[in-house]
Amino acid sequence: MTADLEATASKDATLRIWRGDAGGGGLQDYTVPVNEGEVVLDILHRLQATQVPDLAVRWNCKAGKCGSCSAEVNGRPRLMCLARMGTFPADEPITITPLRAFPVIRDLVTDVSFNYEKAGRLPAFAPRPRDADGNHRMQQIDVERSQEFRKCIECFLCQDTCHVVRDHEENKPAFAGPRFLMRIAELDMHPLDTLDRKAQAQEDFGLGMCNITKCCSEVCPEGIHITDNALIPLKERVVDRKYDPITWLGRTIRRRS
Amino acid sequence: MVELERHEYDVVVIGAGGAGLRAAIEAHEQGARTAVVCKSLLGKAHTVMAEGGIAAAMGNVYPEDGWKVHFRDTMRGGKMLNHWRMAQLHAQEAPDRVRELEDWGALFDRTPEGLISQRDFGGHRFARLAHVGDRTGLELIRTLQQRTVALGIDVYMECTVTRLLTAPDGSISGAFGYWRESGRFVTWQAPSVVLATGGIGKSYRVTSNSWEYTGDGHSLALAAGATLVNMEFVQFHPTGMVWPPSVRGILVTESVRGDGGVLKNSAGNRFMFDYIPDYFRKETAETEEEADRWYTDKKNNRRPPELLPRDEVARAINSEVKAGRGSPHGGVLLDIASRRDAAYIQKRLPSMYHQFRELAEVDITAEAMEVGPTCHYVMGGVEVDPESAAALVPGLYAAGEVAGGMHGSNRLGGNSLSDLLVFGRRAGAAAAQRAAQAPAAPLDESAITEAAAAALAPFAREGGENPYTIQHDLQTTMNELVGIIRTRSEVVRALEQIEELKVRAKALTVEGHRQYNPGWHLALDLPHMLRVSECIARAALEREESRGGHTRDDFPGPEPEWGRLNVICTQDGEGIALHRQPLPVLPDELAEIFEEAP
Repeated sequence: MTADLEATASKDATLRIWRGDAGGGGLQDYTVPVNEGEVVLDILHRLQATQVPDLAVRWNCKAGKCGSCSAEVNGRPRLMCLARMGTFPADEPITITPLRAFPVIRDLVTDVSFNYEKAGRLPAFAPRPRDADGNHRMQQIDVERSQEFRKCIECFLCQDTCHVVRDHEENKPAFAGPRFLMRIAELDMHPLDTLDRKAQAQEDFGLGMCNITKCCSEVCPEGIHITDNALIPLKERVVDRKYDPITWLGRTIRRRS
Repeated sequence: MVELERHEYDVVVIGAGGAGLRAAIEAHEQGARTAVVCKSLLGKAHTVMAEGGIAAAMGNVYPEDGWKVHFRDTMRGGKMLNHWRMAQLHAQEAPDRVRELEDWGALFDRTPEGLISQRDFGGHRFARLAHVGDRTGLELIRTLQQRTVALGIDVYMECTVTRLLTAPDGSISGAFGYWRESGRFVTWQAPSVVLATGGIGKSYRVTSNSWEYTGDGHSLALAAGATLVNMEFVQFHPTGMVWPPSVRGILVTESVRGDGGVLKNSAGNRFMFDYIPDYFRKETAETEEEADRWYTDKKNNRRPPELLPRDEVARAINSEVKAGRGSPHGGVLLDIASRRDAAYIQKRLPSMYHQFRELAEVDITAEAMEVGPTCHYVMGGVEVDPESAAALVPGLYAAGEVAGGMHGSNRLGGNSLSDLLVFGRRAGAAAAQRAAQAPAAPLDESAITEAAAAALAPFAREGGENPYTIQHDLQTTMNELVGIIRTRSEVVRALEQIEELKVRAKALTVEGHRQYNPGWHLALDLPHMLRVSECIARAALEREESRGGHTRDDFPGPEPEWGRLNVICTQDGEGIALHRQPLPVLPDELAEIFEEAP
């Protein structure tokens, strides 16, 4: 899993990496050898091992499963372990900067505590009791909707790219971001959950601020349809419940017939 | 006095994977003031990489399954070197541990009756693994993470423990560490510490393990006076990716084989039929036809040899490659494309589909995968009491991969996630109970001063090597000389090289400052890596037989005498001392289970 320190192939790449801390910083160019099949994270590891041992970067699994190595590669939020070097033009520098929506700690590492604070404020899962034999019974078709959202690896790329907070620090207190609105949708669609989560989604976590531009879905490395399958249905349920007399009327009429 | 942040708890859990979080939840629920300390962000621990499932004899798919069958499979998979009581508790309690995950929000795949579905895996007689596609580890970690957050348990993220602190009587008094973000020091005073730090795989070059797997818990335990058991047993998972080079070692789940995938050599032969050991012959299919029928009719057919325990399959792949029958990049072929339709593969193995497409540009619904053995898991670990997960040091507990004994000489797939839950809970409960009875001892201030000085020493030295070079050389040594097949002369050479690496590590230099400095972090992990590597090599030299995850070319078979012995490591000054210790004897009522027909 560790890329060889000494590259055997002889192709060089230029990486333009943001280096600095909360006090400031800037882009610096590095020339690093690249082997066949490598990803951006491999090149950063080689850079650490051979030129810049204190280059700060988060990573864990290096297989797209843990969501640690999030950064912006040529301006696009992505996982560096899935960004294959071969997909970039060979003669142009690759620019790597920290996630813009979060305060930088050092180099490519940002303070993502915003996300953990939001997670801590969500009302917890509240299941119905088990069946008499000690089991919960659920049909596959009923668990699949929430299962899609539980594929989330918490890379926070959706949080980073969402324009509600990306350049609007002032919106952060009122807005939980796509990841946690999706979590509310997940719980709302969970076959065992007993809480009504629609009001809180709107009032406490800022669902109304989302105007479904789908930027979050576009950057999701898991391919979760955040907007289409989580946020829009959640908005519809909120509207259904609270605000929209026409929908309410429609439902009522349908029920009568 | 050292400038540091001080905290006080009843129970401090080191590690936030499945075992650590399960321990913390239990300790908290028993009323203990509990903290979790972890090297990465919460939710990123290596448990997230587990794919196939959680082994638990729930009987949802095969009602004839039960704890005795699971116990038997586990013991036979470990070649009877398991601590029988751990294997028994594990098999008995795993179903309840899985069910309670549902109360905390987990959403497993379902049977047509709406129960938790269970899938086939190597070495398990019945379909037994509760799963969510092939991302079960993610489901487990997220469920436990969300439960931890809901309970309001304190979590110290991106914080590394470098020392356990002990009282004059040798019992635990707390831990010392640093924040990775700032480099500032922290102490936690606590009468109970639970080690849940995972494994040691980062000491090997080809591994499925992440940077965190530097054997911290094994090493901290030794330094505090605890013992390690059977460190020679390292599991090489038979199927890691082999191409391209940058992904070499990344795991390819055993579910591929559980769901119908087969291994082929360059001639297109299902070579596993040539490697069925006598030990498993009675329960393994003899022909491809019988093996293929088994997937749908388990009563009248025997298991495909591709689903032998991992040690058997890994050795077979190694032999095929050595004999020149490997795939283009030095592995063998894992083929599910020609055996199952694309929709089935994408439904059952979505992560594998995604992983091969993104990292290797291979479509697993159309082509075979190239796979080969990768260092995956250490069966050896801290010697613990089965009931309480207590180590020999009062106040110290260990659960999950860092603990030893449960899996004997080889772990079955799926038994890790269940192990985390069963013994994580037991460790948390015992740690909380001790804390309720034993007040925390005052911290040894001189030990804190010494720990801080040791942590900062690499900055003060000049002109030394950088830590990455030393880590790289250690990985090469372990991979080449204490890998899947071992011989005396090579292990002796490894021990000589480890001695040289220890000297080099003492002279290394770290550049930069204390704020989020990966070079410094690695410099502080290296002594742990060297210490556990020495344990593995010494134990591998001591055990003159081949069994499970320890294969000696110069002692190719199992020896009955060694089947009754554990190898115990202790810290001896700067080095490691070994002794042999009799294995706990299986009681008669459990021995009977092995006399029944397979």
